[in-house]
Amino acid sequence: MTVIDRTERSDRAADAAPLLRVSGVRKSYATPQGALAVLKGVDLTLAAGESLALLGESGSGKSTLLHLIGGLDDADAGEIVLDGVRVTGMPDAERAALRREKIGIVFQQFNLVPSLTVADNLAFQARIAGRFDAAWQDELMRRLGLAALAGRYPEQLSGGQQQRVAIGRALAVKPRLLLADEPTGNLDAATGDEVLGLALDLIRRTGCGFLMVTHSTRLAARLDRQVMLASGVLVTP
Amino acid sequence: MRQAYWIFATLLSHWRRHPLNLATLMVGLAIATALWSGVQALNQQARASYDRAAAVFGEAGLASIVSARGAFVAQDAYVALRRAGWKVSPVLEGSVRIGAASYRLIGVEPLTVPRGSPVSGLATGGELEAFLRAPGQTLAAPETLGELGVAEGATPSTDKGKALPPLVRDGTVAPGLLVVDIGAAQDILGRPGQLSRLIVDGDAAQPDAAALAAVAGDALRLEAAAEGGDLARLTDSFHLNLTAFGLLAFIVGLFIVHASIGLAFEQRLGTLRTMRAVGVPLRLLMAALVAEMVLAALLAGAVGMVCGYFIAAALLPDVAASLDGLYGAHVSGQLAIAPRWWASGLGMALAGALAASALSLAKVARLPVLSVAKPLAWREAQQVQLRRQGAFAVFCLVVALLAYVAGHGLIAGFVVIAGVLLGAALLLPLALSGLLSAGEGTAKQALAQWFWADTRQQLSGLSLALMALLLALSANVGVGTMVEGFRKTFTGWLDERLNAEIYFDAASAADGARIAAWLARQPQVSAVLPVWRAETRIKGWPVDVYGTRDHATYRVHFSLLSELPGAWDKVRDGEGVLVSEQLARRMGLGLGSTLAIPTGDAVWEAPVVGLYPDYGNPKGQVRVNVDHLVRHWPDARRTSYSLRTAPEQAEALIGTMQAQFGASLARVVDQASLKAASTRIFEKTFAVTGALNTLTLVVSGIALFASLLALTGLRLAQLAPVWALGVPRRRLADLEIGKLLVLAAITAVLAVPLGLVLAWCLVAIVNVQAFGWRLPFHVFPLQWVVILALALVTALLAAVIPVARLGRTAPQDLLRVFANER
Repeated sequence: MTVIDRTERSDRAADAAPLLRVSGVRKSYATPQGALAVLKGVDLTLAAGESLALLGESGSGKSTLLHLIGGLDDADAGEIVLDGVRVTGMPDAERAALRREKIGIVFQQFNLVPSLTVADNLAFQARIAGRFDAAWQDELMRRLGLAALAGRYPEQLSGGQQQRVAIGRALAVKPRLLLADEPTGNLDAATGDEVLGLALDLIRRTGCGFLMVTHSTRLAARLDRQVMLASGVLVTP
Repeated sequence: MRQAYWIFATLLSHWRRHPLNLATLMVGLAIATALWSGVQALNQQARASYDRAAAVFGEAGLASIVSARGAFVAQDAYVALRRAGWKVSPVLEGSVRIGAASYRLIGVEPLTVPRGSPVSGLATGGELEAFLRAPGQTLAAPETLGELGVAEGATPSTDKGKALPPLVRDGTVAPGLLVVDIGAAQDILGRPGQLSRLIVDGDAAQPDAAALAAVAGDALRLEAAAEGGDLARLTDSFHLNLTAFGLLAFIVGLFIVHASIGLAFEQRLGTLRTMRAVGVPLRLLMAALVAEMVLAALLAGAVGMVCGYFIAAALLPDVAASLDGLYGAHVSGQLAIAPRWWASGLGMALAGALAASALSLAKVARLPVLSVAKPLAWREAQQVQLRRQGAFAVFCLVVALLAYVAGHGLIAGFVVIAGVLLGAALLLPLALSGLLSAGEGTAKQALAQWFWADTRQQLSGLSLALMALLLALSANVGVGTMVEGFRKTFTGWLDERLNAEIYFDAASAADGARIAAWLARQPQVSAVLPVWRAETRIKGWPVDVYGTRDHATYRVHFSLLSELPGAWDKVRDGEGVLVSEQLARRMGLGLGSTLAIPTGDAVWEAPVVGLYPDYGNPKGQVRVNVDHLVRHWPDARRTSYSLRTAPEQAEALIGTMQAQFGASLARVVDQASLKAASTRIFEKTFAVTGALNTLTLVVSGIALFASLLALTGLRLAQLAPVWALGVPRRRLADLEIGKLLVLAAITAVLAVPLGLVLAWCLVAIVNVQAFGWRLPFHVFPLQWVVILALALVTALLAAVIPVARLGRTAPQDLLRVFANER
């Protein structure tokens, strides 16, 4: 019997039926100076259980690509397929359902609901998706070190604590794909390392795909694969 | 379902964290609903009384057959119509004086009266016989019995010495109304064989004019149904004005709601984006926001309705007194609320809340999930908004102009006012922005420059509240100018009109003649002047015809608006009549026009030789020579007289008359008392207006307070850098107060010309359309100073708590502004 390593296994899985497939995606924005092409034909695949770091300079289109994959915006051309479902061209209501049920998103600015407590923020997406699991919620609270802060409001938390809540909220729904847009960008190096470590640990438990936008090659190295976005196309760093 | 529950719960959690924002929203909605529903409760109460009065003939809105030539229908015509198979019922109406008060007496025929009438029930009950057979019955409301001070079974006598049939308490009869059998009415009113009109049974096939002519020739004509009868028509303008005030207060209240919802939207922008980002469907989010607004509207609306009830209860005595004094309408003093009042009040709260939140809801509907990549700079965004607002303001002003030029009627008058007020209010931020820019240009010191620039930046947050303040202040100036102008004109007019020293009413015509003859022999009496009266209808409108003697009292003091040469001579000789301004406007009469006046059994065609003001009278009025009055109306009421004597002898003469004639003298009053009574009615009428005016100003103060409170938190970002640069918190608080006072002062100064325009619209358009008379336009500069002071006090009161909060802001909170900057 042949022993195959994790990367090889994920490559095979991706080859068979990748969790995420991005093909020839283009996106441009209108500016006073004319159309600005941000993505010029991006191709990408990601397998379930695989983690991928998306690197690139500021303004290279990393966040744009993340938003297109998350169904927050629509591509001008190309195709994005998540878990066998075509995201591109999908009506708004279906995209909302997809985000609600299959995708967890961690924003750089945390984007917590200021009027909800830590516990309610963490449970928010799972509740509206109808997938709230009390045991999983308790485990996330405990693993993310939030149990003692359950009744607090976001404004009463530090940046690191808020980001943990954001990660917890994204994972509470047990997503098929977790997207993170510079999740440690607002944190110091030590806190960033700690938060990412926690996130990776939990991601492995859920078996979801993980795509993280980051500036940091150091943090990117902790993920299974790394790709770089430059001049609107993906290159291998 | 659970999904919807969590979305709704998340939205509601915002209010738990921002209780002041919630309070301003609820207070705004409750106040708006309270003022609107309070006014509606008053209107409904009054209209219910009118309907009760009209319901004597069954369901309101029945057609009538009236005389085509005179004021009365001959009883023979009724008999002929019944024989021809017409389902008509005879009615005789008139007023009777019992003691010092007048009552409306209606004679009906219970066997033919249409269904739904209180007396129709008699036709099947055992009381029919009691009603019809001598001595008969007088049905009266319990309130009327109380007013007369008699018990059931009493038979009070009229001023003509006719005793009423025994009084019977009947809760379905309107207060102030006496219902008797038609035969008894003919006897009491002295009109044997005469009827006022024939009511056409609503259940029967409706006749047409041709069918009527076939039976009665040209002696009769059909008159279309009038909702609620005369009282409803006469008081329509009064209620419309009341409604307009309620609506103004409602709109000012909605400014608060709009400001609160706008603030909540800004505060929840991030939350709404996050909700959308994590997969909340837009449709569900919108539905939850609407549901949230509906819940707020229902809760605050219910509170507002309760407050509205108390406002109405507080104002009802004044309204009832005004309606009684002006129109002779008896309105029950006990507020009774119909279920549809609740429904319409809550409906208004709901519609108002949704209208006030429409802009925010539209923004949510278009809200991009991702924040806009290139937000416009604040200044640029505000300029765009101001330009749009300016364009809409111009549109409103154009609509007002078109309504003024091309519109007719009271509604067009209100469109003019609404267009002018809304247009001016929308232009306010532009005007303030321009003035503040000018201030900025003159500033030399850095702090002064910051003061002007920052005040300008605050405009966008405060503009709605300032618009509400402008509306309230201009309404105060406008209504104040009109009321003061009315008071001034009315007082002068009363002085001219009431120039006799004593006025008296005799208990009967015979008593009147006896008293007049005695007075004529008294050396201290220089003139005994009859003021006799007949009632008629001209084109369906009730008109009083007064007969007076030719005397210097009238020639010198009775001022005319316009007259033909020798007008008083023509009136004396029966060659012309004087017509009140409102009758002339309503009938389109001018000097030299011929007025066809229905008399008892004919039509008197008289030339109009003069027009005179008759402020406050809802009925038309004609003045003729007393001899001609008696010739055309032999049954005219001949009980009223005025006396000329030396003013210092008036009191003694009154005492002598009372001692000499006792009960034969129904009422005697000196000039001062009569003027005081007239002025009291006037003051009661405007007490209601004044109360609503003050409430509107209070509401605008609350709007300002709500906006300032809402802005306090948002102001930290502007104030923290200035504080960090070394300006103490106390100084910053003083500057904040200064900014608001500057804005309030400019708004108040702009409110004065707007208020004068409003006053002109009220005097020249609304009053003329509503009441038929036009007041001279006066201005009262002292009022403007009061308004300016009022604006500054309002702004100061509104600013105290929010600014004190800012002044007490802890340094760590100010530092947090920098901590959040990244």
